[in-house]
Amino acid sequence: MITNKKNTLFRKLNILTVIIAIILLYLIDSDIVGNQYIKRILNLCAIYTIVSVSMNLVNGFTGLFSLGQAGFMAIGAYTVAIFTVPVELRESIFYVVPQNPVLSQIQIPFFPALLIGGLLAALVAILIGMPVLRLKSDYLAIATLGFSEIIRIIFTNIKTITNGALGINRIPAIPSLELDNFNISFGPMWSIFGIAALSVLLISLLVNSSYGRAFKAIREDDIAAQAMGISPFKHKVMSFAIGAFFAGIGGGLLASLLGTVDPKQFYFTMTYNFLLIIVLGGMGSISGTVIASFIVTAGLELLRFFDEPLTLFGVNIPIFRAGLRMVIYSILLMVLVLFFRNGLLGQKELSWNAIIGWFKNKMPSHKKSEGGAL
Amino acid sequence: MTFEIFLQQLANGISVGSLYALIAIGYTMVYGILRLINFAHGDIFMMAAYFMIFSMVNFSLPWYVSTVIVIAATILLGVVIEKVAYKPLRDASRMSIMISAIGVSFLLQNLATYLFTGVPKGFPDIPFLTKAISFGNVSLSMVTVVTPIITIILLFVVLFITNKTKIGMAMRAVSKDFETAKLMGININNVISSTFVIGSGLAAIGAILWGSKYAAVMPVMGVMPGLKCFIAAVLGGIGNTTGAVIGGFILGMAEIMLVSFIPPLTGYRDAIAFVILIIVLLIKPTGLLGEKVTDKV
Repeated sequence: MITNKKNTLFRKLNILTVIIAIILLYLIDSDIVGNQYIKRILNLCAIYTIVSVSMNLVNGFTGLFSLGQAGFMAIGAYTVAIFTVPVELRESIFYVVPQNPVLSQIQIPFFPALLIGGLLAALVAILIGMPVLRLKSDYLAIATLGFSEIIRIIFTNIKTITNGALGINRIPAIPSLELDNFNISFGPMWSIFGIAALSVLLISLLVNSSYGRAFKAIREDDIAAQAMGISPFKHKVMSFAIGAFFAGIGGGLLASLLGTVDPKQFYFTMTYNFLLIIVLGGMGSISGTVIASFIVTAGLELLRFFDEPLTLFGVNIPIFRAGLRMVIYSILLMVLVLFFRNGLLGQKELSWNAIIGWFKNKMPSHKKSEGGAL
Repeated sequence: MTFEIFLQQLANGISVGSLYALIAIGYTMVYGILRLINFAHGDIFMMAAYFMIFSMVNFSLPWYVSTVIVIAATILLGVVIEKVAYKPLRDASRMSIMISAIGVSFLLQNLATYLFTGVPKGFPDIPFLTKAISFGNVSLSMVTVVTPIITIILLFVVLFITNKTKIGMAMRAVSKDFETAKLMGININNVISSTFVIGSGLAAIGAILWGSKYAAVMPVMGVMPGLKCFIAAVLGGIGNTTGAVIGGFILGMAEIMLVSFIPPLTGYRDAIAFVILIIVLLIKPTGLLGEKVTDKV
């Protein structure tokens, strides 16, 4: 059987990819390959993957145009920040307004705090979602954007809990996992990539489950979905809450990676980054989102070149100065929206079949095979 | 609080409200016709303020000449944005066109940051607008008094255009039914361009008044007013010009009153608009003066 043979080959290729990824992760995490800068960018890519995939679940698969991702990230980030900072440091961080006496005595290890952050974000999403998810397309967008701003404004104002506009710094880094018996330690990168892989796996399992099919039915036509016995409201709230949960987790990881949080970070323009990622990857494609997260996050770093002054043959090129990077970034976003509306993968997923088909098409010696296009 | 302070805050609220109203008209007209939240509208407003600085400071033109130039330049910007970013997407899904609007807004902000840096720039002094006048014990700047008057006059101009002229009739037809209007031989592109002309023109006037009131211009200055004015338009009933003005007034008053009556809540000033939005959407999604629309399957 040809298909069977093909399937075993693909399975082997899958395992091979995972093994290569783990080896790369090991090499980079233990500083054999690359440096701190690359490590940091890769960590950021992984965190952006978590948040973007969760946003794609809501926007791409369920068809809810939600722009609240930054707000949910803020909830996760602040939960981690508030609970993981060592108690003895609290007084010096909250030097203007002292922290709430009850909170200032509580310290929770990183992983439970991260989980609590995600759950809190999901809880808030359910509370917000119940009223707001009755709205349609653009109204929903502006209402979710509004809530994300309200969350941010509340965080700026409850100084005894969040330290207001000053933010919280000296957040401990993600702890390494030690295996004493084997004398191996897994650095923060393992945790971040592990959580990212787990999130992507969970969301793709969800999308392919009966719930996922219900989400897609609602995306295509929620009245028809309702006629088929799917409760749009229940599924919309569910998708929204799960999306918020993972955004919260992403926010928590980000807080720990950067070591500092403040309300300005979670300005709603942050959500635009994730929007760009899911548009680039393809609304409704998980593998596309993962690829796009890495391209966009790493690309933003590479574009930093444009912010530096440039001298060519002794002549200073005046257009290269701070801010050019973001201009180019936003022009790229516009080009993408105007000319490549389906993104990299549209609603398809990356598969070995598609990759092989794509290579076959590119090879000049082969005749263009039918249906092999990506 | 003394009666004088109350009057002062009242005047302040009316003037902030009428600034919101001016910008909200642009949102409501575009939404009425294209069913698009023009996220870039707030940033068009911001660019207008920079144009004014350029015209008056860099080219030292008198304020009345500058005003005309700024209005013309802003209208041009608005129409170009429509042609480049929205027109190619006319048949695309609403999500695509909205993402395009977000993209334009993001681009204008970044462009302004790049060209003019993020440091706030002082707005040129227009003596006629910034001079103080007093009524009894209440002292106000001229701009506070003039803004509501200009807004009301412009509202009547816009109402005249939409209700009495031929292009206005076409606008109303297009906003009722896009497809049928097209079949009736209305040039859709002209109609859409003219809404952008009106909207951007009003945003430019709003920007000049805003600059005279707050005296500082920065790349992100359009974001909050932009969102709030959209909320004002929703509050008044989206697609309805009078509604947008009423919504703007209510929003401005609510903000100023919150700040002056409950000072501890000053930090929440920007949140009140969103709270109002969510209440309106849940209780009466069509807004105060909006028409009821039913979803067709």
